[in-house]
Amino acid sequence: MTNGGGMAEAPGTDRDANRKGASLSASAAEEWFVREVLPLEAALMQFLQHNWRNKSDIADLRQEVYVSVFDAALKEIPAHARAFVFQTARNLLINRLRRLQIVPIEAVADVDALVAAMDQPGAERTVIARDDLRRLQAALDRLPPRCREAIILGRIEGLSGRAIAARMGISEQAVSVHLINGMRALVNEVYGGERKP
Amino acid sequence: MRPQHDADSIEAQAAEWLAREHFWNWSEAEKSALESWLAETSAHRVAYLRLKSGYARTDRLAALQPAKSEGSRFAWPLLLRVAASFVVIGVLGVAGAFYLAHASRPQEAAYSTPVGGHEIIRLADGSEIELNTSTTVQLRMEAGKRIAKLARGEAFFKITHDDDHPFVVEAAGHRVMDLGTEFSVRDDRNGLEVALVQGKARIESANGAADQRSAVLAPGDVAVATADTMSIRKETASDIANALGWRRGLLVFHNTTLAEAAAALNRYNSNKLVVADAQAAKLTINGTFGTHDVEFFARMAETVFGLHVTAKGTTTTISK
Repeated sequence: MTNGGGMAEAPGTDRDANRKGASLSASAAEEWFVREVLPLEAALMQFLQHNWRNKSDIADLRQEVYVSVFDAALKEIPAHARAFVFQTARNLLINRLRRLQIVPIEAVADVDALVAAMDQPGAERTVIARDDLRRLQAALDRLPPRCREAIILGRIEGLSGRAIAARMGISEQAVSVHLINGMRALVNEVYGGERKP
Repeated sequence: MRPQHDADSIEAQAAEWLAREHFWNWSEAEKSALESWLAETSAHRVAYLRLKSGYARTDRLAALQPAKSEGSRFAWPLLLRVAASFVVIGVLGVAGAFYLAHASRPQEAAYSTPVGGHEIIRLADGSEIELNTSTTVQLRMEAGKRIAKLARGEAFFKITHDDDHPFVVEAAGHRVMDLGTEFSVRDDRNGLEVALVQGKARIESANGAADQRSAVLAPGDVAVATADTMSIRKETASDIANALGWRRGLLVFHNTTLAEAAAALNRYNSNKLVVADAQAAKLTINGTFGTHDVEFFARMAETVFGLHVTAKGTTTTISK
């Protein structure tokens, strides 16, 4: 809902010129991506984690899935977001396995089975209000103290970066780092995918 | 190895943009710099979209704002130390009373919260009174009793018991006497509601046949008293804890109708919710909301129930 205004395309770039009806389809794709794809993140992460051994690749894999899904949506919005996202993820994993030249046929078969198992109408969509706030609070509690303080001052009390620096008696640069780290941690919590132990 | 293109570093850059946008002076030049960064690759755009939309959802954190703790501690006038000396030198009682009347410390104090307010008053005797939205409590010492009058609203009392100085809550013509307790008192149009969390307390009507309208409450008891009736029901600890969710800035709904939930939120906000459709009003919801989550609530009605939401001035109308 907050993704409307600030997202307009920069006019006149080559990239835009290549898009048919550039800004209209781009904003439709963005809207679709936020509304339909992002809520699947927890399930997508679970899927990737179950099917890829090297955990340090997961964030990159997720990004790759998002990029191809988004690029596809720029051309045409897929009719079934969930099926499309998992199909994309599955193809990505298979391609990676092929490239690694390990070709474990069983692994690919497993991927198929899992996609089928997970490709049911998701429960995550119905989870709206319950415990959202409690989870966020827990995430807030887990932040390092200074980072948490900066986020509380910024997000909850609504102070500017400069005011936070003055209040905490630290440099603006340090505040900036705290805010960036805090925002990332909270957002990951919102999507429910990545948990740092 | 892949310094600029891995998901982690892109997410870090996207977060930096978002932080600049939110917390630092955001100039037109920066705005267009962001636009070109976004246009560079879809990887930038999806990372930014993801963070921005996720961060927007953390707006619910604002509901976690802790209660402001009342700075100036109200001390019951001369409190226990002086009172103890009365016992020893009984004849000085009158002088003592005189002294009380002229004590420099405040003998009466009133505490109020506005709509949406939440405040904890810590008393010098260790007791705590937590005020919910739109609440006024007046404190005074009278005949050796600590008296708190709930003039309006709802408060949670955590009382340090003292046999010599009973703690009495007066509200809507009734009195609640602490026998070592934690309890909440709420005064609304339906009457006075007293929920006992811990310990024991007695509730009695200040006027009328006291013996008929007096009851000792045990944990889990919720007494509802009007001018001429009193009833007591039993609730589970978790129901009572949910009803006291406001102490943590939360409203907990369990099979609550949309109309009731809207009314509950309206207690805390000057931006009022109106459920304009009779059928929609009967839909039930479960979940936890911040006491200030009007916008989030409206959004939920929209996305979960497919209802229509229009905001105009300080009124948000939910309709079919």
